[in-house]
Amino acid sequence: MTEQIVHARGLTRDFVVRSGGWRRTKRVVHAVVDLDLDIAAGEAVGYIGANGAGKSTTIKMLTGILSPSAGTVATCGLHPQKSRRELAREIGVVFGQRSQLWWDLPLQESYRVLASIHRLGSSHRERLDELVDALDLAEFLDTPVRQLSLGQRIRGEIAAALLHSPRLLILDEPTIGLDVLSKERLRAFLVAERAAHGTTLLLTTHDMDDVQRLTERIVVVDHGRVAYTGDLPGLVRRVGADRVIVLDLEEPTPSLSDVAGTRLIGTEPDGLRQRLALLPGASAAAVLAEVAGRAPLRDLTIEEPDVEDVVRRLYATQQAAH
Amino acid sequence: MAELTTHTERPTATGWASPYVALVSSRLRSQFAYRRSFALDLLGSFGVGVIEFAEIYVIFSSISVLGGLDFAGLALLFALSNISFSLADLLVGHLDRIPTYLRAGTLDAFLLRPLPVLAQLVTSDIQLRRFGRTALSIAVLVVALVVNPITFTPATIALLVITPIAGTAIFCALFVAAAGVQFWLIEGSELANSFTYGSSYASSFPTAIFTLPMRVLFTFVVPAAFTAYLPTLLILDLPGPAWTPAWLGWFSPVAAIVSWVAGMLIWRAGLRHYTGAGS
Repeated sequence: MTEQIVHARGLTRDFVVRSGGWRRTKRVVHAVVDLDLDIAAGEAVGYIGANGAGKSTTIKMLTGILSPSAGTVATCGLHPQKSRRELAREIGVVFGQRSQLWWDLPLQESYRVLASIHRLGSSHRERLDELVDALDLAEFLDTPVRQLSLGQRIRGEIAAALLHSPRLLILDEPTIGLDVLSKERLRAFLVAERAAHGTTLLLTTHDMDDVQRLTERIVVVDHGRVAYTGDLPGLVRRVGADRVIVLDLEEPTPSLSDVAGTRLIGTEPDGLRQRLALLPGASAAAVLAEVAGRAPLRDLTIEEPDVEDVVRRLYATQQAAH
Repeated sequence: MAELTTHTERPTATGWASPYVALVSSRLRSQFAYRRSFALDLLGSFGVGVIEFAEIYVIFSSISVLGGLDFAGLALLFALSNISFSLADLLVGHLDRIPTYLRAGTLDAFLLRPLPVLAQLVTSDIQLRRFGRTALSIAVLVVALVVNPITFTPATIALLVITPIAGTAIFCALFVAAAGVQFWLIEGSELANSFTYGSSYASSFPTAIFTLPMRVLFTFVVPAAFTAYLPTLLILDLPGPAWTPAWLGWFSPVAAIVSWVAGMLIWRAGLRHYTGAGS
């Protein structure tokens, strides 16, 4: 049996929210409810959910920042709060919105201080060189953190989280706000880093490409409860979020409502553009061949279902089930 | 990566202190980065000390004795109290910014590092510019030691060494306790300030001028009297007022230890409240 990096059972966290002025009312918010989560060593798990679904609260409980209201969790075999300091050596965490670097220090100095904090000795030099190389940090190592662009800062943050070679890397919305190129470079880096070191990855994101490129398994939370766990194609099948073929045709064409393996979603006036959902198991090539037989094609695009949409559909099916 | 190895090859301290040495030295380097601004801050801090001392001077323009001390005696009291407070302010004064740290998520970052949170917090923002006020207090101390009728015995000298150390420790403990309380009162930095700065103010006046309940409060609850007033009485060989006799001045190290125990308990309870209740 492979080693468990995260092992949570019945993890629950309530917050008491007080509101009002003189007559204060208390309201209990259930941020995470009875959550079971297992992550094996070397796994890459996408942790997905709408804003406020309980993702950050879960991460805080896994890392020892927050104590659970109920349930148990072991991270890297340690009790996150009782062994907070030992655990800190085993995990690296990046919160996309918050910085763990010193804003007034050059990036280089931050790493020196972090190496000292983790007592890495001179052995960190090699690791830092590796990270500087892979994340392309060399040109702004001497720039104070506050002057870095968002993309540069996030790369710097990720290097900071990986400097002590943690067994578990937790990334909370790492690609938020990055441009397409930066996102792609970051993903390529993470794939290579995991291939080289076998680092376990827990990732929260709103970006479907992150999920596809970086994770093998996803866990979807809704209102603090696990709504789905499995792989992405499985989720897509379950909620019926299909890939969509958008066809631009040369001339007005009657609705293509009877193409095998598809379902017509919509046509724009006069049928110049038609959208067909590709049913599970259907071949896009066969569909195209059939369409081409009926009307000359000018252009086509295939839209992947996006994560927001899939999650929204999943939430909807859950509600229907209740 | 040639430029990497040329830059940061510095001998690093070893042992348990090395992370803190790295943290503090990185802070100091960033404070010295803007020399002129640092010099002005230092001057400003010195100026604050001057104004506080001027206040005492003004009081003594209309009276000659306050709480059993004359102007020279009060200058000694002021110096001892202010040396301790300004050193504590330099070391841990930034702890009153806990609410800011909470909002910025800095505290979460601290919780993700393998060091005690309080130690990281203390070393995260040591403010050397506050040394200006210490410098003024030391100058006042030197003058006060000359103008007061003091017989220098080994006991007096021991007191002059112990008092600033114990006093600094007491004020530091007050800052830590005030910081701990702020976990409950997220907007409580004003209240916490009234606690720390208020004690500092109380300590720079003879506790004898207060009514008995206040005197007991500032001696046995918030041990401000131990930071300067009681040792001053001993140094000047004066008796203390009722309930707070001068010989208590020898117990300022005990007061410091008790303050630290209480301060750490409050801090730990506060931090536990934070990790329990969350941000």
